[in-house]
Amino acid sequence: MATTTDRRTLLKVLAAGSAAAVTCSSPAAAAREKPAVPPEALGMLYDTTACIGCKACVVSCREANHLEPDTGAEGLWQMPEDLNGRTKNIIKLYHEGDRVSFMKSQCMHCVDPACASACMLHAFHKNPVNGVVEWDPFYCVGCRYCQMACPFNIPKFEFDKAIPKMVKCELCRHRVEGAALTKKDGFTRYPKGHGPACCEVCPRQAVIYGKRDELLLEAKRRIAEEPGKYFEDRVYGEFEGGGTQVLYLSHVPFEKLGLPKLGTEGVPQTAYTIQEGLYKGFIAPVAAYAVLAGVMLRNRRANQRGEGAPAADDSGNQGGRQ
Amino acid sequence: MNAHVSVHEPIHTPVPGPLFTRQFRWLLLVAGVGVAVTIWRFLFGLGAVTNLSNGYPWGIWIAFDVVVGTALGCGGYAVALLVFILNKGEYHPLVRPAVLTSLLGYGLAVLAVTVDLGRYWDLWKVPIFFWQWSHSPQLEVALCVMLYNFVLLAELSPALWEKLEKSPRPRVAAFASKAMRFIHKGGVWIIALGILLPTMHQSSLGTMMLLAGPRLHALWFTPWLPFLFILSCLILGYGIVVCEASFAAKAFGRPRETEMLGRLANVAKWVALFFVAFRIGDVALSGELGLLASPLGAVFLAELAMHLAAAAVLMSATRRADPAWQVRAGILLILAGTGFRLNTYLVAFNPGEHYRYFPAVPELLITLGFVAAELAIYLWAVKTFPILGGRTAAATRRS
Amino acid sequence: MLSETPSTRASLGLLDRELRRRDFLKFCTLAAAAVGLPLSVAEQFAEAAVLGKKPSVIWLHFQECTGCTESLLRTTAPALDELILDLISLDYHETLLVPSGKLAEECRHAAMEANAGKYVLIVEGAIPTKDGGIYCKIGGQTAIEMLNETAEKAGAIIAIGSCASWGGIPSADPNPTGAVGAHEILKGKTVVSIPGCPANPYNLLGTVLQYATLGTLPALDELNRPKFAYGQTIHEHCPRRAHFDAGRFALEYGDAGHREGWCLYRLGCKGPATHANCSVNHFNEVVGAWPIGLGHPCFGCTEQKLAFRVPLHDTVPIDRPTPPDTYPPIHAEQGGVSPIATGIAGLVGGAVVAGAWMAAKKVGDDEPKPQN
Repeated sequence: MATTTDRRTLLKVLAAGSAAAVTCSSPAAAAREKPAVPPEALGMLYDTTACIGCKACVVSCREANHLEPDTGAEGLWQMPEDLNGRTKNIIKLYHEGDRVSFMKSQCMHCVDPACASACMLHAFHKNPVNGVVEWDPFYCVGCRYCQMACPFNIPKFEFDKAIPKMVKCELCRHRVEGAALTKKDGFTRYPKGHGPACCEVCPRQAVIYGKRDELLLEAKRRIAEEPGKYFEDRVYGEFEGGGTQVLYLSHVPFEKLGLPKLGTEGVPQTAYTIQEGLYKGFIAPVAAYAVLAGVMLRNRRANQRGEGAPAADDSGNQGGRQ
Repeated sequence: MNAHVSVHEPIHTPVPGPLFTRQFRWLLLVAGVGVAVTIWRFLFGLGAVTNLSNGYPWGIWIAFDVVVGTALGCGGYAVALLVFILNKGEYHPLVRPAVLTSLLGYGLAVLAVTVDLGRYWDLWKVPIFFWQWSHSPQLEVALCVMLYNFVLLAELSPALWEKLEKSPRPRVAAFASKAMRFIHKGGVWIIALGILLPTMHQSSLGTMMLLAGPRLHALWFTPWLPFLFILSCLILGYGIVVCEASFAAKAFGRPRETEMLGRLANVAKWVALFFVAFRIGDVALSGELGLLASPLGAVFLAELAMHLAAAAVLMSATRRADPAWQVRAGILLILAGTGFRLNTYLVAFNPGEHYRYFPAVPELLITLGFVAAELAIYLWAVKTFPILGGRTAAATRRS
Repeated sequence: MLSETPSTRASLGLLDRELRRRDFLKFCTLAAAAVGLPLSVAEQFAEAAVLGKKPSVIWLHFQECTGCTESLLRTTAPALDELILDLISLDYHETLLVPSGKLAEECRHAAMEANAGKYVLIVEGAIPTKDGGIYCKIGGQTAIEMLNETAEKAGAIIAIGSCASWGGIPSADPNPTGAVGAHEILKGKTVVSIPGCPANPYNLLGTVLQYATLGTLPALDELNRPKFAYGQTIHEHCPRRAHFDAGRFALEYGDAGHREGWCLYRLGCKGPATHANCSVNHFNEVVGAWPIGLGHPCFGCTEQKLAFRVPLHDTVPIDRPTPPDTYPPIHAEQGGVSPIATGIAGLVGGAVVAGAWMAAKKVGDDEPKPQN
């Protein structure tokens, strides 16, 4: 006889007991608040039409960050093919028929960085003031979840080392050394030698740095100056993936340069909403725990009343001793 | 049959016989090779033994050893859910071996993570520096799994206390009895934790891949992924319990819970069917049915077909009662759940068409080593501790 | 004797020379090689010269500084004497002509009559067009009239220097005289342009040699510049190119990088957008005798769009970015699949599943079949 007790219990479990399963897994209703651009957000603006592909930025980045030269598995020097454990910044070439464009690739310093959302102990975190996405080796366990999460494929791991690090552009924050930002010619910058090395060395100002809003203004000025020159007359990074602090102007489609099509929502939004919805204040898990224990205690009492045989017991071995 | 009357506490006994059989030596050899490669990995870095790249930073160690491995370790969870929450006490004899496989699955998953972590020496900081805790679903998984391992140990510890209670040294025996009583008293709270924690971290394993965002194929990227992961861990859990119980009974000459396993498989059938229905409904509601006509769409369909195949086997009551078909259904369930999880973590994850990944030979050797170690420890445990049931409920009834 | 140094040659005097075929061939080979003509051309040319078939050349000067002539005069291989006495018959050249006034103009007319349809017309300097072209008059004729008259019966027309090619300095903003290049006046005629300020004399010599020997003009680009000289940018063969590729730039004159010979791009070098062969053929056989060789950025003298228009120290975009294979593609292939690994995975996976499936049968062996 699947007794009424059984059915009632089952119903109750479905109603309350499996609250754990349901709350722990359903998309929470309230989406989390969209992160705002930090007040002093620093960024870069790269313009493909100005870049001449001289790679001065690649070299100066290597020098400024004390990165070893890139060598292949055989120990021979070679040109890096992509960002890697020894390359935080790279100039790539897009070439299709007559269409040619250079592409500078480095961390985008997202307004809503997926890497930081993935990171367990905030080894990757966003500087609350200037929004630079920084890496703190002390809290990094090398799980590489950041690499899974980053839609731009930026954080790199030193696969060839027994004691590896995560490597990515941190906007040369180690060069600041307490230098003060001053506004000059419309851009807020550090004194020479303290700002991002790639921007300081660029012979064509193809990549410049400053505050994000200043750069956005400059980008829009360039677009307004020559409508039709840039792809869709828009700036990549203004809204993409919740906005990035590194902005791009391009004369070829952004996707051709490896910049993914992203919505205006931050990449971590879905996961973050679920996670925050379930674990905020740890109320849901505690409630679920109470319900689970309650159901089990009730089951045990019912069984003892009914049979004197504690079927639903902990480890199920006192039968031998009774 | 009334569950309350029929269930008698089975008496667990260790399996007699020598430990160092030929099979056991083979397992030790494979595990030893795995250990050697692991040493190599720690000396020369991950790149020396794996095909992992900056595009595929996670490979088979995470996707199989951890994501599938913990799900295979969900036998304890799946059975405990039935026994203690749904009050299906009849499945009780399956609990202890299931908890053992769970402990093995989870314990080795933790080891696999340690091998996979680039900066493993910092892992201790995760539970300690709690003021640094983030919203990372992986943090939830990490803490939960760490804690769950202790819960599993507590759940399994009666096997140890039972053995020690028979110790000739009175103080040891007294301590064991005391510990047994303690576990018994706190049982409800431990088991409740043992059900809550897998619910939390198995769902978080799904949430984790939601952070991959646009790089996870739309057929897998759904806000319901956490829920699907709970379903899939139940499917894998039931599959492994059926297989494990059957093979153990056969191998060690123990009586077989054919009838009980048939009923358990029936539960698994409904979970699998619900999984398929839910998955199709979810894809249809998000208007992504068009994506089925693509290579990954075919993979998606194959994944569902595997679930349906398992369910189809279990549709017939005759087959449900046939031990051979039970095992086959169990295998299909395992394949189906494994497929879903590997797809979510590897196949449907696309960092760009220019990245390729397939595990390297040493990478596979480490995974094989883990599996072999798992089996070897299982053999050692059942031959040392009272874990496997000596009599079935059916046998008890018959007697 | 012809192979000896210019100074000895000069001391020997012009009258002492005799054409010796072997020496002459040697010299022609050198000259031809300098401009990239094949050896066979040099041989043919030597033959023709020995037989006394020298092309008649009429050289007109308009708005210019005579810099192109001056650089030609300072060329040592061939030396000026060899050039105008042995290689060509220079029948009219206002700077070098012995006669003057009316006699000079008669020389020109006589040469035009004698070699009608065969002579080579070389134009140096821009032609003013404003106010009826009154800003440059020679012998009472405006530059326009003189050019039109001389070009009418010319076999080939060559504009030497940036002024004659596209206007040069005289045409710089605000261009008060309305100066234009020769091709603007001689519409419908092929005017070979050899721009440069000054033009590299070898590019002129090569063109003249080829015309005199083969009766053809070298392959020309869309601006009628000989491709052998203007087919590449300076940047493509620049001796400082390695520094550019490595991102090492001189930032100011005299700084460490400048002294080390680093790339001058940041100082405003127009080499990446300037079509000329200066980086390969330096001037006057002196190694390093060209702007970049002397530590000064190229100012783009051959390019109408650059010289006297873009400020000296402004940087320019690169005309043809370097071949793609020195840059990584947007998506570089990464990672691999080892067939051994696939094999092992397939075998083990398959064996486990198949083994378990087969073993399933045994599981139920000693179990009594369920009675339904």
